[in-house]
Amino acid sequence: MTSQGAFTIFIAAIFINNILLSNFLGMCPFIAVSREVRTAAGLGAAVVFVMTLTSGLNYLVYAYLLEPLGLGYLLYIAFIVVIAATVQLVEMVIERTSPVLYYALGIFLPLITVNCAILGVSLFMVIRQYSFVQSLAYGAGSGVGWALAILAMAGLRKKMKRSRVPAALEGPGITMIVAGIMALAFIGFSGMVPM
Amino acid sequence: MSLARQFWNGIASDNPVFRLVLGMCPTLAVTTEAVNGIGMGLATTFVLLCSNAVVSLIRSVIPAKVRIPAYIVVIAAFVTVVDLVMNAYAHDLHKALGVFIPLIVVNCVILGRAEAFASRNGVAASVADGLGMGLGFTLSLTLLGSVREVLGNGTLFGASLFGASYQPLIVMILPPGAFITLGLLLAGINRVGARES
Repeated sequence: MTSQGAFTIFIAAIFINNILLSNFLGMCPFIAVSREVRTAAGLGAAVVFVMTLTSGLNYLVYAYLLEPLGLGYLLYIAFIVVIAATVQLVEMVIERTSPVLYYALGIFLPLITVNCAILGVSLFMVIRQYSFVQSLAYGAGSGVGWALAILAMAGLRKKMKRSRVPAALEGPGITMIVAGIMALAFIGFSGMVPM
Repeated sequence: MSLARQFWNGIASDNPVFRLVLGMCPTLAVTTEAVNGIGMGLATTFVLLCSNAVVSLIRSVIPAKVRIPAYIVVIAAFVTVVDLVMNAYAHDLHKALGVFIPLIVVNCVILGRAEAFASRNGVAASVADGLGMGLGFTLSLTLLGSVREVLGNGTLFGASLFGASYQPLIVMILPPGAFITLGLLLAGINRVGARES
């Protein structure tokens, strides 16, 4: 399992084990921020960026700090602190260096700390015993997969504005049903790469 | 508002899953069986109760600017406790819930209650709120888990319901079944709520 190539892991994380549609991670922003295609794209880009960065950083923290010192029980606290600090740091750096990018991603960055997909990716990386390069590929692939799912959902919801949804299903209800049908489609990819 | 009222709020009118639509990740992921729903719900209730109490106690000493990281560290500490205790005393359940136990750290219900309620109210009210919200969450997860287990496996809490001739709807215990069941339950509850008001 750990001998898989980085590219295979990247593709598998996007389509076969989509972090959102088969692991259910990152549902809250998926439902709350999928009304407009533009905001969904902004949040998606921010997630790809932060997820790749934190999976690399958390790998280093885990492999060179926690494991040699026998501090495995501090895993969750260490990971969440790294994620919160990274998000804060990225926000400050982007604000200084690229006002355009800050304007596009700025409001989404604080939201990302509590996006469970970010922590989930770091935890899966430990469970599946990925190497540094594999972790980066898994982080990037999961981010792209999440962004793809929220973009597809935002596009569908835009179309849905013109259709007549039963009153009781309005809002989160119909979003769930649509996500269910999307998940059904993604099941078609399962089994292509043994996980 | 009285403590009992605060408690009931979390179960009925402000139910975290069916009313606030928060904490979706564990709600969808672990509810392949009713038993998993109860286990996840009770673990979350414990963390919510403790974190609400502690956040309420220390709310006057935390600087406003770093309050969110401070809350998350408090929550992560209690999640570590739950994780270790469950691994020791309920090992099978711990294995079934897997990565979703550590992910209680980022459950938005817990952070949401710390920010929206415990940081502004006294300890007793916060404990009542945490207990109500936690049990509301547990009930919702158990309901969803029961529906999926009955349809997808033909059993309830592990007991066979329809006998050997029942053809289970496998899709109900796969990811799409989670989304569709929750969507229809939300619709049903909205419908009942609309009729009442």
